[in-house]
Amino acid sequence: MLAPMDATQAIADLTEISPQVRRVAVAEAGGALGGSNFPDEEAAKRLLDGAQRLLEAAEELRPELTQLEAATTAGSVFVVRDGDRLIAATTSPEPTVGLVFYDLKTCLRSIDPAPGGGAGKAGTSAEGGSVEPTPPKKPARRRAPKKEAADGEA
Amino acid sequence: MARRKVITGVLLAAGSVAGSLLVRRRAARKQAHVDLYGADGTMHSFTEGTPEAERLLPIANDLLATL
Repeated sequence: MLAPMDATQAIADLTEISPQVRRVAVAEAGGALGGSNFPDEEAAKRLLDGAQRLLEAAEELRPELTQLEAATTAGSVFVVRDGDRLIAATTSPEPTVGLVFYDLKTCLRSIDPAPGGGAGKAGTSAEGGSVEPTPPKKPARRRAPKKEAADGEA
Repeated sequence: MARRKVITGVLLAAGSVAGSLLVRRRAARKQAHVDLYGADGTMHSFTEGTPEAERLLPIANDLLATL
């Protein structure tokens, strides 16, 4: 399990390990933009709106949908939903579908959810400035019991 | 001699069948389609030309054209 991270960092990692992925946008619970690799927020919102329209139209055909791929000759559109959050991405033509889905899910789950479902930790890569996530609390160390008997014998 | 000709003919026929299958498979991969994955692990695929795909593909095409 990956430690929760900032959306911008998670998306940068995703596009680094999966070069087929071109554009990515994440929607927090409630539909607010959670992060993207677009230089401007408007384009990211356009991708999320389109992904939402795709999901709604697809759900009329197939209820309880978790993910979809719409493949065209110009490229593919991927939408993955995890609970209330959603990640949408465009790829080059003929992507490795299984890998892209896996990477998108991993990216979405690694993003620390913004408090209240807003875009609190959101940021596009062009902005660069994002709020530092609070580091996860480390488990308390347990002290090993003293070896009194062993020490006495020695 | 005749037996050799028959074997050659069979091999040629098998090769052309295998080649056409490969070409058709590649063409099918390039065809526009929509794959829907359900929470229960099922997948439904709709290829270009079906009413389902005709409803979803224009949205994807719009997105890819504008982004």
